[in-house]
Formats: sequence, C-alpha cells, structure tokens
Amino acid sequence: MVFLLLRRLVQTALILLGVAVITFLLLYALPADPARMIAGRSATAQTVANIRRELGLDQPLLAQFWNYLQGLFQGDLGRSYAQKTDVGALIAARLPATLILMAAGIAVEVVLGVFLGVLAAVRRGGFVDRFVMMASFVGVSAPQFVAALLLLYVFAVTLAWFPMSGFGTPAHVVLPALTLGVLGAGWYARMVRSAMIDVLNQDYVRTARAKGLSSARIVFRHALPNALLPIIAMIGIDIGQFMSGVVVVEAVYGWPGIGQLAWQAIQQVDIPIIMGVTLVSALAIVLGNLIADILAPLVDPRIRAR
Amino acid sequence: MRAVKAMVRQPAALFGLIVVALVVFLAVAAPLIAPYSPDEQMFDGLTLEGAPLPPSAQFLLGTDTLGRDLFSRLLYGARTSLVIGLVANGIAVAIGLLIGILSGYMRGIVGGALMRFTDLMMAFPALLLAIVLAALLRPSLWIVAMVIALVNWVQVARIVYTETRGLVERDFILAERSLGAGHGRILFHHILPHLVPTAIVWGTLGIATTVLLEATLSFLGIGVQPPTPSWGNIIFESQSYFQAAPWLVFIPGAVILLTALSFNLVGDALRDILDPTQRGRG
Repeated sequence: MVFLLLRRLVQTALILLGVAVITFLLLYALPADPARMIAGRSATAQTVANIRRELGLDQPLLAQFWNYLQGLFQGDLGRSYAQKTDVGALIAARLPATLILMAAGIAVEVVLGVFLGVLAAVRRGGFVDRFVMMASFVGVSAPQFVAALLLLYVFAVTLAWFPMSGFGTPAHVVLPALTLGVLGAGWYARMVRSAMIDVLNQDYVRTARAKGLSSARIVFRHALPNALLPIIAMIGIDIGQFMSGVVVVEAVYGWPGIGQLAWQAIQQVDIPIIMGVTLVSALAIVLGNLIADILAPLVDPRIRAR
Repeated sequence: MRAVKAMVRQPAALFGLIVVALVVFLAVAAPLIAPYSPDEQMFDGLTLEGAPLPPSAQFLLGTDTLGRDLFSRLLYGARTSLVIGLVANGIAVAIGLLIGILSGYMRGIVGGALMRFTDLMMAFPALLLAIVLAALLRPSLWIVAMVIALVNWVQVARIVYTETRGLVERDFILAERSLGAGHGRILFHHILPHLVPTAIVWGTLGIATTVLLEATLSFLGIGVQPPTPSWGNIIFESQSYFQAAPWLVFIPGAVILLTALSFNLVGDALRDILDPTQRGRG
C-alpha cells in the first residue's frame, strides 16, 4: 500500500512536469507577444525591447525554461507580467473562492444524484427512473453558460431571490453551485441507479428481505453503502473537471476564483499566471483521481482484499 | 440499415435521429429557408428606441441587437456548428484511432511512450487548454476546429488502446501471425475493422461535445468571430442584453441543447446496437 502510494506520487510529479513542459512550449510557440501587450499599441520598438529584456524574454527558450523549472522546484511559480506580483500568492488568494464553489457544486451533485438514483433504482421503470435516464443526457448536453444565464434570469432577474453576481454571502454561492451541480447530478443519479440495481439483486439483500426488514432499512442501511463506490470515483474526476471548467461559470457570475484570474490573464497574455493556473488545474485532476483511488479501499474492504 | 431499424424502435433514439436529420437538413438548405440574409441589419428589425424585437409573424424568432433576423442567423449558425462538429471531431477521432492503435499494438518503447503521452493529456485541463489556445491564436473557424480536435482525441485514444490490447491477445490474430501475416495486414485487415463500431460511436458522441465546446468558446468571444453566425457567438453578442431580450439567449441556448442532446442520444443508441457487451453500462 505504501509502496503503491509512493509510486503514484512519483507518477503525479512526472505528469505535472510533463504538463509544465507542454504548456511552456505551447505558450512560447503562440504568436502572442507579452512584451508588446504590456507596452501597448503606441510603444516604440525600444520600449518593447526593454520590457522584453526586463522579463527575461530575450533569453533563449531553453534558458527561460530552465529558469522556470528551477523556480518550480522551489515552489516559485514566477511573477505576473501585468500585476508584477508573485503568481503563487495570486493563485493562493483566489483558490479558496474556487474551492468553496467546487465543494458546493459537488455537494449539490451528490445529494441530488443519490436521492434520484436510489428512487429510480427502487421504482424501476417508473416516472423517476425515466426522468433520471433523460436528465443524465440533458445534463451532459446542456451548455454550462446557458444554464448559468437561465438560472440568473429566473432566480436573480425575475424572482430576485439571489444576487446577480459577486461573492461574500452564502446567497451568492447558490446559483453558481446549482449551475455546476444540477447539470452533473443526472449522471450521478444514473451511476447510483445502476450500482443500486446490481446490489439490490444480490443474495444478501434477499436474505435481509426474508428476515422481514423494512424496505427503507434494506435500501439505506444495507444496499446504499455498497452502491456508493462509483460516486467516489466520480467525485475524484469531478474535482479535476471543475477546476478546469470554472472559467465559464466564474465569468458569468463574476466569481473571484482562479477561473476569473485565468481569464483575465489570458486576455493580457500574462503567461506566468496562465502557466500557474494550468499547473494547479492539472494538479487538481491528478489529485482527484489519487484521492478516489485511496478512498476506494477504505470504503470498500473488497478492494483491499484484492 | 440494421442500426437504423433498431434505433427506430427506441423512442429516445428515434427522437435524436429526427432532430439530427432536421438540423442537417436546415443547415444544408439554409439559403432556401432563411427568410432574410443573416447579416442584413434591417431598419424595421428594431423598435424606434433601437431595441431588438421579440418573436412575431414577421420575425419568427425575433431580431437581435443589430436588427438582424434571429431565425436566419440560427439557420446559418447551424452550418458553422455542423462544419466544426464534423471537421474537429473527425480529426479528433482520426488522431485517437492512430495513437490508440499504435500504442496498443506496439510493445516496447514506442507503444509505452505513446500511452504515457495519452495519460499526460488526460491530466491536462482540457477546457482551460482550449480557451488558452483559442484566445492566443487569431480565432477563425478552422483554428477553433483545430483547437477542439487537439483536446478531444484523448478519450478516443484511451478506448481504442484498451480495445486494441484486447484484440492483439485473441487467437485469430495469433493464428494470422503464425501464418506469416505482416504488421500492416494485421493492423488494417484484422484490427481496424473491429474498431469501426467504436469509431462510429465516438464520431457521433464527439459531435455533441464539439458543438458544446464551440459554443462555449464562441460565448467567451474567442471562438467563431462575428459577423459569421455561430450559435455560441449569437449568445455572446447579446448576453449583456439578456435581461431585456431573453429570447436572444435562450432560443439559441435551446437549439444548442437540443442538438447536443440528439447527437448524444443517437451515439448512445449506436453503442448499444453495435456493441452488445456495453449495453446498460454507465
């Protein structure tokens, strides 16, 4: 177990290194010139050259990359071109907002998904069952920004129950979290449904029924815990998905997280910030999978035995 | 033909099939159906105060902030979405097939390296990567298609890899090899035909993903550039106006949803029909 964990950690480090290399090369191969972006349209060639030297962009690509890597190994993500501050600090300041949003979104998915999935499995072929099957498809087919605008229109503009945008009070979290959560909940429900159906057909459930236990007790105490495993894997995947997907939701709701930071940086060709956010997102994807792999045997002894 | 017949028997798949056919027909026949030119800014397309008009008999789905007919723009936007869907997803499936087959068939360093590269791409934040690339390159229809292809091949490669690994172990491949067949013959005559169902399923499901990604990029203003209409940039152009003219956001939004949903339903039904072992999974 410890050996396995160590191996995964080394793999994680290698993957992050690979992501850093690819992102770096991509960003430097692109035709956008950060020095010109900072200098402005009317700047002279001399000013642009000065800025380029100041940022170290006049050095050969390999030298630049070596400098970046050296910083990276010391936990230094570099300095923002536009804001002249430490990228690590900028991301650290924005990360809590994104994590709050992510946690709230996943909570909505899990609660809605488990509730609907159990209902669908218990009443197979019934109304909820058919609804879940359809909702899972609609959820993955709906553009997130349209869902965000629809929720805004209904609950913020028309009903005025929640604020349009911003951050600070619990009310601000509701609409962005629903946007993230409602669309994904259908797929969670579908997973729970098929896992529940498998479990409900097993012998021990029949035994429990034969003992005369109540339906509710069988479903919630005996069957559901064994059907939750796929949910853990899905949460692991979602942690990564949300990290790279929050750009859109944060843009619509003006949510001050790392998605918004990345979006501003992209428009200013602020390469160190783009690199930093990409690495943090990749880390979230890898960690999400890692956490799911670590949690699975803790929750399910059958995996431990393998 | 068998696939079509099987699909007609499932209501959800039939619904998807009809919508897909309708969208394709409307896109192809856009010049014949569109009541106005998609770029024409009409004087009577705005109120006296200069606000867009809600749906009416004259403008079926209303007009946008520049006085253009929304219905006509949506028809032409369907062309953009479908072209990007076919091109981007076609390239993505082709790359995925190539890398998946090679990494699954070749043992040793090359196969291993290709698979590690695919693993690496799995850890890449796809949407973020697409947004960065699209924003920093000068956006055009083809750039958007390339960007989408670049982030969407990974999943196909993974699945093709797993399938190829399974096929390589099978007896008929061993038999063929012992008869002296070369790599080319085994790959093209024996492995590739088995992967056709996978390619068809992902070719269909992937169009839904592509349509959504194109719409998202265009919504952020870094996808297909106006005046070329695309479903995403129609929403982008009118999003600041959406409180006063909600139809400008929600009609294109519904069209995107319906199209993506239909491709997903058809793709899922195809998976059931072409590969019975996958039935009922996930």
